[in-house]
Amino acid sequence: MRDGTERRKSPGRLGLFFTNRDALEPALVTLFAAVFSLLAGVGLIFLVSKEPAQSARNFLLGPFLRTYNIYYMMIAMVPLTFTGLALCIIYQSKHMSLIVDSSFYIGAVTATAVGIHAALPAGWHPAAAMLAAGTVGGFIGLLPAILKIRWRANELVSSLMLNYVFYFIGSFIILYFLRDRNQTILSSLPFRKTFLLPRLVPNTQLHAGFLVAAVFVVLVSVFLYRTKWGYEIRMIGANQKFAAYAGLSVPTVILYSHFVSGFLGGVGGAIEMAGLYKAFIWQMNPSYAWDGVIVAMLARKNPKFVPLSAFFLAYMRVGADFMSRRGDVAFEFITLLQGLIILILASDKIVNYFKARRLQRTALARTAEARAAGAGGAE
Amino acid sequence: METILQAVDLCKVYGNGTAANKFVNLTVRRGEILGLVGENGAGKSTLMKVVYGEEAPSSGSLLLDGKPVRFGSSRDAIAAGIGMVHQHFMLVPSLTLAENLVLGREPRKKSGMYDLDRAVRIAEELSAKYNLRIIPWARVVDVSVSMRQKLEILKTLYRGARILILDEPTSVLTPQETDELFAELKALRDKGQTIIFISHKLGEVFQLCDRVTVMRDGAVIGTHDIGDVDRQTISNEMVGREVRLTLDKTPAAPGATALEVRDLSFVDDFGITMVDRVSFSLRKGEVLGVVGVDGNGQSELVRILTGHARTLTGSVRKGEEDLTNAPPRRIRKAGVAHVAEDRMTVGAALPASIADNLLADRYSEPAFTGGGGFLRRSAIQAEAKGIVERFDIRCSSPNQSVASLSGGNMQKVVIGREFTAAADVLVVSQPTRGVDIGAIEFIHRTILSMRDEGKAILLVSSDLGEVLSLSDSLIVMHAGRIVAWFPEASAVTDKELGLYMLGLKTQDEKEIRKVLHA
Repeated sequence: MRDGTERRKSPGRLGLFFTNRDALEPALVTLFAAVFSLLAGVGLIFLVSKEPAQSARNFLLGPFLRTYNIYYMMIAMVPLTFTGLALCIIYQSKHMSLIVDSSFYIGAVTATAVGIHAALPAGWHPAAAMLAAGTVGGFIGLLPAILKIRWRANELVSSLMLNYVFYFIGSFIILYFLRDRNQTILSSLPFRKTFLLPRLVPNTQLHAGFLVAAVFVVLVSVFLYRTKWGYEIRMIGANQKFAAYAGLSVPTVILYSHFVSGFLGGVGGAIEMAGLYKAFIWQMNPSYAWDGVIVAMLARKNPKFVPLSAFFLAYMRVGADFMSRRGDVAFEFITLLQGLIILILASDKIVNYFKARRLQRTALARTAEARAAGAGGAE
Repeated sequence: METILQAVDLCKVYGNGTAANKFVNLTVRRGEILGLVGENGAGKSTLMKVVYGEEAPSSGSLLLDGKPVRFGSSRDAIAAGIGMVHQHFMLVPSLTLAENLVLGREPRKKSGMYDLDRAVRIAEELSAKYNLRIIPWARVVDVSVSMRQKLEILKTLYRGARILILDEPTSVLTPQETDELFAELKALRDKGQTIIFISHKLGEVFQLCDRVTVMRDGAVIGTHDIGDVDRQTISNEMVGREVRLTLDKTPAAPGATALEVRDLSFVDDFGITMVDRVSFSLRKGEVLGVVGVDGNGQSELVRILTGHARTLTGSVRKGEEDLTNAPPRRIRKAGVAHVAEDRMTVGAALPASIADNLLADRYSEPAFTGGGGFLRRSAIQAEAKGIVERFDIRCSSPNQSVASLSGGNMQKVVIGREFTAAADVLVVSQPTRGVDIGAIEFIHRTILSMRDEGKAILLVSSDLGEVLSLSDSLIVMHAGRIVAWFPEASAVTDKELGLYMLGLKTQDEKEIRKVLHA
């Protein structure tokens, strides 16, 4: 039994995707959180709507009832994927920075400047904007990390504060340097034609950024699980003291993980600009970082699940939007559902409930078995 | 003799699925000292936690004076007359001994104010009654570990304990203090007190106890009157097979100096000098043991040597290289490996896989990255598999998380990594703490084979037997200083060491300086 206690059952058919039950069960809980939040949404609709059946149908099936809704979902997945990936990296290193919000926003501003002023051929133009936005976003990402390393300032707090700072810096740049003064509403000068990303499907807004996002999912997965830098990030996340003891330079790892995370945010902001707009017209910060939190949590910090969770969030959004425009339930009701998801996933006890119960049961059963066999429970 | 406490078919399963107690039946008689022995992880502590009300049993029952009891918390157990002295004391260091004694049950004046004078009087009376000498008005920080322990015992007696549980009380004591404690415990027993003595040191159990109950693997294996049983029987019951109690060890052939340590000093956050001008030279092909009561600077010394604390003075040199206050990365690069004293918080990353843990100090080497940034999975798997096999780490695959391993196998992961590192100096701290006997034997043999390969090994352990049997030469630390050097570890007795460990004896400077081999 000395051996047996540490051996596990071989993975079943699901083992293709999940190497063992330890990974499968939290995945099931995640699925539960998603389904539960949808059901709660339906319940909510029945509480407040005058024609609940119609609204519920629009909410759950709406995204698939119209072709354009499917494209909307795909478009909405793009920024969610980028902030989700960025937060996967931060969460893997067991840090909590939300500075990717600034990286995304300032990335969009940077891309705007490049989109207006740089004279580059098509294809190269948005690529240069992404690179510039990513770099700026990366350096912004460094700030909370530096504050943390130098003065042990909690990176969650400092990043939230810095997000305000960068929002106003971004607005300032748009207002004073890039604004189109001939427009009555707040808008930047128009982008050059070369800056705009090509459409994947004519007459829809679905742009090439969707493919770029897909490429980045692969890149980030490889980065986290197949490179030494990804290994270092995962090790400081698993046990920072251990990482230092084993000879990793923990500050260096914290710095570049935040840079990479910020870089992803910046690229996401640039793609949003080049893919959907003709000029910078955001009146407010869209705050995709908070959505990224949900995406990263639903993906269990694993980049390869980010598209799936980004799709789910996009599905909820588009469904809610579709429903609200055809009925009497406000779009904002999905914030409740998102809160519910976070609540469920943030609770370790719920996530590990099945595992704890299974372990306890098998242990008791095994003990009783051993005793019945007459060995007194020893062997 | 009548039975005072009885456990019937007691089971305890923790949330992580560990069955720590499996249908345990235990009988404690009034007025006896019962030894509870077993390896680390045999379930002794869990059983006592259940008895003391800190854990609720999963099934089975507990009878006190023949009546079933169910404790919701240790408060209930204390009220029922059960007291426990933990391995780690639960005292307020800044308060006096008297204040600690009455904490939670303070004597009050008529006005309702705290009556400090009476607290001191109570302490004096109890101290005299039970012949446990303490200084009531001294503060806990200022008194010795053994006095703190006496205070802990008095605390339980003050709260009316009829059954006293002592969890490995001798682990912090010198041999002399241990003898003293045993005499006091026997006197308590003669006054009618019931004592449960948890230990994994057989010698002590034979010295002190009336009966002994052996646990292994969460179950009670047997209970014996101490007169009817010999050490070998108990030892076999503890381990489940024959163990050799001695190590075969060839004489050492020390070579050149590998690590030159000069005049290290360290002051902790409280301004206490923990390491005080420590100098020695560690030679190739020898195990240099560091002996001392826990907390006399050994941990801090190791932390300085491995880059986890900064020395105020002096230097650490390895050949040409100056490693004084270098970061861990550079120290490792220079060829110094380090088995950390605490595998749970420092020595391993529990959520990470065995392979990830084993590769932590070498993942960036060309063999595993091909010179670039990409990890070569096959090379990593092969390396991990090799270490797993060589160090007999019991697991289903190297991709299993370290958290799912037993203590002994976890430690083998740490040892496996450090002992296969490209290092010729090994700083080994508490290599077998909380490890089962099978693994201990293996780790001990590995340490000796490393020595025979010509590696220089600094061994720090609070298990005196371990240091004595493994070391070739010894230094003794007391209050941060080296107080003795013994070139022949095998020629030193426990008693003699005890005198140095307590600071009662100090060798003269000249003798100690010989450890520099200059």
